[in-house]
Amino acid sequence: MDYIRAFVVGGLICVIGQLLMDGTKLTPAHVLVLFVTAGVILTALGIYEPIAEFGGAGATVPLPGFGYALAKGAIKATKAKGVLGAFTGGVQATAGGVAAAILFGYLMSVIFTPKTKK
Amino acid sequence: MQNKKLQSINKQQEYNEYVQQKIPKPTYLKNCLWAFVVGGLICVFGQFIGSIFKNMGLDQDEVATATAIVLVFLGAFLTGLGVYDQLGKRAGAGSIVPITGFANSIVSPAMEFKREGYIFGVAAKMFVLAGPVLVYGFGSSVIVGLLYYFLGK
Repeated sequence: MDYIRAFVVGGLICVIGQLLMDGTKLTPAHVLVLFVTAGVILTALGIYEPIAEFGGAGATVPLPGFGYALAKGAIKATKAKGVLGAFTGGVQATAGGVAAAILFGYLMSVIFTPKTKK
Repeated sequence: MQNKKLQSINKQQEYNEYVQQKIPKPTYLKNCLWAFVVGGLICVFGQFIGSIFKNMGLDQDEVATATAIVLVFLGAFLTGLGVYDQLGKRAGAGSIVPITGFANSIVSPAMEFKREGYIFGVAAKMFVLAGPVLVYGFGSSVIVGLLYYFLGK
């Protein structure tokens, strides 16, 4: 059941992205930025939390989930540490993923060469 | 003279029609279906990895972090192999929106610009797309934290 919900929620979020790319002049980069920011805002408004609880990885794996983790971390840390937490919370909550992206991204870019486009 | 002008107008018209024919019309339904299935499957895979970490006894935040790390690794690795971009041609947003697409957006330009060196080529170009995501993501999260601090009490 968890898997079906993850599939549907994750799939629908991607469909929204696809419609934005096909229907408007937004590039993939615009969609990425828009989705992360939307994730942060929706989490702050308390809208994304129930989506994440329902969809599981379907809501946390797409990029709005990155925004969700950022905002959740920022709010949690602000509660515990005040203003300082506002600065550290978001980065802290996502540090693992971002550091992995930097390290693995660098390694893979160095190891592999781009395939010739067919 | 008049004739030549007419001819060129004709040619232009023909050319425009030709271009119109060649412009790929977005096939909304097909694209959305691909995005839905591929994006959904990546999330199912994320759920599967998460459940493994959960069974290992990690708490909720740790599960999210560990899952993100694994998916980012796979996204970067498959991009290096050239598999991810092949998938992306069909899947569109289905491969861009999940966090594996974030890894893809780092590796793709970095690989492409390797010849410009390891500082201004690889390391700098890694963030052509990922940079804006981090700027807006981190930036807005700090603002949310500050708003919560000043308004939430």
